[in-house]
Amino acid sequence: MSALLEAKALGKRFGGVQALGDVSFAIERGQIYGLIGPNGAGKTTLFNLLTGIYAPDKGSFRFDGRDISGLAPDRIAAAGIARTFQNIRLFANLSALENVMIGRHVRTHAGVLGAVLRTKRTLLEEKDIERRALELLDYVGIRARANDAAGNLPYGDQRRLEVARALATEPQLLALDEPAAGMNPTERQALGALVKRVRGDGVTILLIEHDVRLVMNVCDRVLVLDYGERLAEGPPAEVQRDPRVIEAYLGAPRAA
Amino acid sequence: MRAPARVWIGAALVGCALLAMPFALAYAGTAWVRIANFAILYVMLALGLNIVVGFAGLLDLGYIAFYAVGAYVYALLASPQFNLHLPFWIILPIGAAVAALFGVLLGTPTLKLRGDYLAIVTLGFGEIIRIFLNNLSRPVNITNGPQGIAGIDPFSFGAFSFAKPETFLGLNFSGPVKYYYLLLALAIGVIVVNIRLQNSRIGRAWEAIREDETAARAMGIDTTRLKLLAFAMGASFGGLAGGMFSAMQAFISPESFVLVESIMVVSMVVLGGMGHIWGVVVGAVLLSFVPEILRWTVAPMQEALFGRQLIEPEVIRMLIFGLALVLVMLFRPAGLLPSAVRKRELAASGEAPLVDARL
Repeated sequence: MSALLEAKALGKRFGGVQALGDVSFAIERGQIYGLIGPNGAGKTTLFNLLTGIYAPDKGSFRFDGRDISGLAPDRIAAAGIARTFQNIRLFANLSALENVMIGRHVRTHAGVLGAVLRTKRTLLEEKDIERRALELLDYVGIRARANDAAGNLPYGDQRRLEVARALATEPQLLALDEPAAGMNPTERQALGALVKRVRGDGVTILLIEHDVRLVMNVCDRVLVLDYGERLAEGPPAEVQRDPRVIEAYLGAPRAA
Repeated sequence: MRAPARVWIGAALVGCALLAMPFALAYAGTAWVRIANFAILYVMLALGLNIVVGFAGLLDLGYIAFYAVGAYVYALLASPQFNLHLPFWIILPIGAAVAALFGVLLGTPTLKLRGDYLAIVTLGFGEIIRIFLNNLSRPVNITNGPQGIAGIDPFSFGAFSFAKPETFLGLNFSGPVKYYYLLLALAIGVIVVNIRLQNSRIGRAWEAIREDETAARAMGIDTTRLKLLAFAMGASFGGLAGGMFSAMQAFISPESFVLVESIMVVSMVVLGGMGHIWGVVVGAVLLSFVPEILRWTVAPMQEALFGRQLIEPEVIRMLIFGLALVLVMLFRPAGLLPSAVRKRELAASGEAPLVDARL
């Protein structure tokens, strides 16, 4: 079986800055794949390439056997990569339920005519959207808040809601952009459990994270970036011992 | 979801009132039936604009252009101008379709614009259409320029014409009264379409775009397609209303489609409650009726108070009108009947507490 996502020599330049140069890696199905690196290492750039915010200048990536590099974000989502945002971007004034229902958009079909005529098919689909959305809220543990405005939810619940909304698009790969940012240790632990559970249900996960402990705990493999280059890649325990990684995070031993 | 009995009773009462209305108004004069007709026309326009502004969050200040397109399509296909006299039930859909096409035409180059920038481009678009209508009389005379097109056919089914008065069951149905019922039926249709669109997959996608376009795209919503759809849907209602306008007036000229009209329709949407269908209906009815009521009361009131006209009625009318708008925006910034979502939006962005409780 080939890898779910295979990136070949991805590169992106902003003006004179090479934000990302020649990064290759592969994510196997069912993995929790971590992406770490110091600030400015190119994590976010890589993430934005994979989710269609930017098109790569160099290289390409295949997803599920298809080259989808450079497609628009909505096409990428349709292809099966869903994402969350580092600085939570929910539809803050809509209810939690509506947020997840919007996530169903890409997997449903009703058009203007169906909506206006309220055909049987549309009504059935509509019911199904709501049922599925409620299930997902239940899955992430915030069903009780279904009718609250997303913006009024506590921080941790907003993160969960983002995951539910992303899962509503039925992704094969769920990409989480620093999901633990701003969380306390208890919340982090709960998040780690949620991530593992999602993986257990068959969704591959790409996790960008600052919190090295979380990454080491949940990830199967880790890619370490520094200055836009691939520094190390492998199982967390191995990567952790890599002198180059230690140097990137703590500085060179001689300089210290 | 089943509506409770009192909702049905309420709806039945409103329905009866609406059905009886033209006869009550005809008592006060046929002019008032005409005013009511225009109010319904504006309800249709405002609801069309509400799709673009209220649902999808795209500020369109040139909306009247689509009204103009619908009106001219009707006028050109049912008047002595080209000696064409097609029946209205063929032209109205054509007018709506052509207007929708113009909606896409306006939408395509503005897809990447937001907020103020979009407003300015749409404003320019509205003016371009008007100027075209003004000048498309040479070298080939299409629109007859500023003189406008006269002798436009009224709606008719065989011998039954909407322009002629008729007596039925002892009731006198004048031309405007007949149009009233037709307009009412169409407006109800437009309202139903709006409600159903809002509570659908498409309506939710529009809401998502209005809330956060980046997040909407990341959720797999094709924002390009859906924005164009909003422009096209909104424009088609404008086109429909324009066709009605043409037939009712029997004469149109570019002067009917000036910027102030666009602003008026935007005011109706904003005043009533952006994104809230019933709010928009209330806004349109109020803004259509109140200026007319003022027109009829301001002059006699001055006569009674001062014995002569101190300020011209037109001036004082706009004065009161402007004041009313300012007051509404101060005390009910989300509109008279705001949508729940819009209320939250204003509260979140800190626009609402213009009038602080501590003041």
